[in-house]
Amino acid sequence: MNAGEREFQMVCPVPLPPGETILLGHGSGGKLTAQLIRELFVPVLSGSDGDASQLSRLGDAAVVEVNGVRLAFSTDSFVVQPAFFPGSNIGELAINGTVNDLAMMGAKPLYLSAALILEEGLPMATLGIVTASMAEACKLAGVALVTGDTKVVERGSADGLFITTSGIGVVPEGVEVGPARARPGDVVLVSAPVGSHGVAVMSRRAGIEFESELVSDTAPLTGLVEAMLAAGDVRCLRDATRGGLASVLNELAEASRVSITAVESDVPVLPAVRAACEMLGLDPLYVANEGVCVAIVSPEDADNVLAAARANPLGANAATIGTVGDGSPKVSLKTGLGVTRPLLLLTGDQLPRIC
Amino acid sequence: MCLGVPGKVIEVFEEEGLRMGTADFGGIKRKVCLEYAPEVEVGRFVVIHVGFAISIVDEEEAARSYALLEEMGNLEGIDLPQDPEGVRG
Amino acid sequence: MKFLDEYRDERIARALLEDIARAATRPWVLMEVCGGQTHTLIRQGIDQLLPSNVELVHGPGCPVCVTPLALIDDAIATAKRPDAILCSFGDMLRVPGSEEDLFMARAAGGDVRVVYSPLDALEIARRNPDKTIVFFAVGFETTAPANAMAVRQAKQLGIANFALLVAHVLVPPAIMAILVSPGNRVQGFLAPGHVCAVQGWREYEPIARGFGVPLVVTGFEPIDLLEGILMAVKQLEEGRAEVQNQYVRAVQRDGNAPAQAVVAEVFETCDRAWRGIGVIEKSGLRLREAYRAHDAELLFPREGVPASESEICIAGLVLRGRAKPSECPAYGTLCTPEKPLGAPMVSSEGACAAYFLAGRERVEAAT
Repeated sequence: MNAGEREFQMVCPVPLPPGETILLGHGSGGKLTAQLIRELFVPVLSGSDGDASQLSRLGDAAVVEVNGVRLAFSTDSFVVQPAFFPGSNIGELAINGTVNDLAMMGAKPLYLSAALILEEGLPMATLGIVTASMAEACKLAGVALVTGDTKVVERGSADGLFITTSGIGVVPEGVEVGPARARPGDVVLVSAPVGSHGVAVMSRRAGIEFESELVSDTAPLTGLVEAMLAAGDVRCLRDATRGGLASVLNELAEASRVSITAVESDVPVLPAVRAACEMLGLDPLYVANEGVCVAIVSPEDADNVLAAARANPLGANAATIGTVGDGSPKVSLKTGLGVTRPLLLLTGDQLPRIC
Repeated sequence: MCLGVPGKVIEVFEEEGLRMGTADFGGIKRKVCLEYAPEVEVGRFVVIHVGFAISIVDEEEAARSYALLEEMGNLEGIDLPQDPEGVRG
Repeated sequence: MKFLDEYRDERIARALLEDIARAATRPWVLMEVCGGQTHTLIRQGIDQLLPSNVELVHGPGCPVCVTPLALIDDAIATAKRPDAILCSFGDMLRVPGSEEDLFMARAAGGDVRVVYSPLDALEIARRNPDKTIVFFAVGFETTAPANAMAVRQAKQLGIANFALLVAHVLVPPAIMAILVSPGNRVQGFLAPGHVCAVQGWREYEPIARGFGVPLVVTGFEPIDLLEGILMAVKQLEEGRAEVQNQYVRAVQRDGNAPAQAVVAEVFETCDRAWRGIGVIEKSGLRLREAYRAHDAELLFPREGVPASESEICIAGLVLRGRAKPSECPAYGTLCTPEKPLGAPMVSSEGACAAYFLAGRERVEAAT
């Protein structure tokens, strides 16, 4: 056989996480997602970032210094199905999602970009509504959309439309917020009831739909965060999106190398969310949110920060839900009967169950 | 086997020859099949499993037996045991 | 939520625990049959709050766990057919078949859809007349009436492209199989509340009499379970062996007559293989002759033989209450929810997954 006839085999030089294909679970925000980030993206991509591996810090946004100014920089993709759900749509979600990622680093969000991937056959009217929502959301959040891109893919490739937004904001001097800053003794707060967004979206999903007055809680949290930061020493901030409150607590415990104990009965959940979760057999602690942030606060300032959150319309139901302890990184939940058990990351998405 | 959740029947109607209804689960409403609860009226509670009412809640029995439990709960529990984490393996 | 929240009252739970501790003067082994009951017990840590002489072993009441390997493979094969749509309850999607699970089948291009109710699957059949919609009909007697109604509607309305892949299993034969197996330690049962809401409890009376074991029909909330355990312990202490009903708000002795009638019209009993346990006679349901046109096993006959189960997996022992998940050598190491060796580690009602997610440590088996 000569060189031309030999089979040419491509072998991937990158050590891959186990499993041959990407599964939906890899996008759930749980263990599979964490594994993909930890075992593929961070080791392979960190080398390209000169600043001592920002990527590996795994904050909601990266904070980079340029000419003495600290800039927060973040990106997020939106693939939600269905694109229109009670209270909102993918356009508003895309703006608020990136605004919140920046706000979680203590930054004032300023400028956003938006890249749209549109499926051939998407009705123009739909695109019109989404675009208008994006404009509204930018106005409400006080940011400007300054650049963008549009691509169209063949029918069947994109579920209608996908949106990726990226954003930059400025982190004021003296503001230090990051996932690795929690210490034993700190107090854990949540800014709003959990699970509302995920349940609102599910209520419209074919095969499980149900009627409810629940709406997505998507909102720009910049103002709320500013008020909380002004009220005391807020050490960590994280917005609880896919994977829910439980996933955020696990991420923070891991990043700060601390243990966290949450009290189940202290976590605010709207009665209708609780009811929907009972019906489907889901745990609200793992259901997605779009307008909830988790804050870890110095114990001396916890009361003031909580009061500041409650004074803001988006934080009216803010609550203290737990404490940070020492020991190896893990999250525990104290249940109604006083028993404490681990609150683990799930492997993939929660599924409605019959049993 | 068994995720059955109690819901209140707020509407009864017929669809394609089947007795159907709307059940209210504390704020969430869903269409459910009432073929297996033919005598249920609006305002009663049913246990719903995979979209079907499999039983009508016997509110009198529930109230009676719960009253006994409540009495028990009032008499006991002066010294509540501490968090038993770590007590058993 | 009414009729749910009040059965989670902490004070009443504590009072019941104290009563159980007072009542139990000797060691007793109870089995809760239903996976939903296992789920509550483990998540609330109730088994750890019980006095040490009351032991709970977990039964085979997780339909997801006991659905035979061959049927999972059939579902996966069906999903991959371009002319079919496989509809299923959510908890079946991660159960491992011989090579893969339904999630992976979807990743490979199969049309797999999660539904809440079998009537949703029927609706999908109506909207997709060019495909055959196969509904994976798993479950115990609780779910059979719903599945029966869906296929009965399909027949009556002439929806020919709707079929059931039937994997129904029945509880009483399983309980008897556990009671006759050598080395059985179970002395009393918490009978499955929603199965009994449909079936009533008449068919458990011969079991109580014949085997001399108490059976208490029990609900699913912490107070239901604790009250059921208290009733069972009292029977054992007093040497009684009766069927009692704890779940009075939802269960009557004769059960749900219209539901039983439709099940009898559509299904008949048959022998059934239980994953991890083996074949139990007359422990399953299959479609009657009149409904065979809607039988997925006939429409899409099985090709190939399922691979054998992992030799390390002790699901069979766990499902029969003969071993605790934490006693399995593979528990938490070779076998985790990410890489399950057997079905009970997959479903959140499976005992192994329940233990793992509640952080139970690996222990050496009691000899």
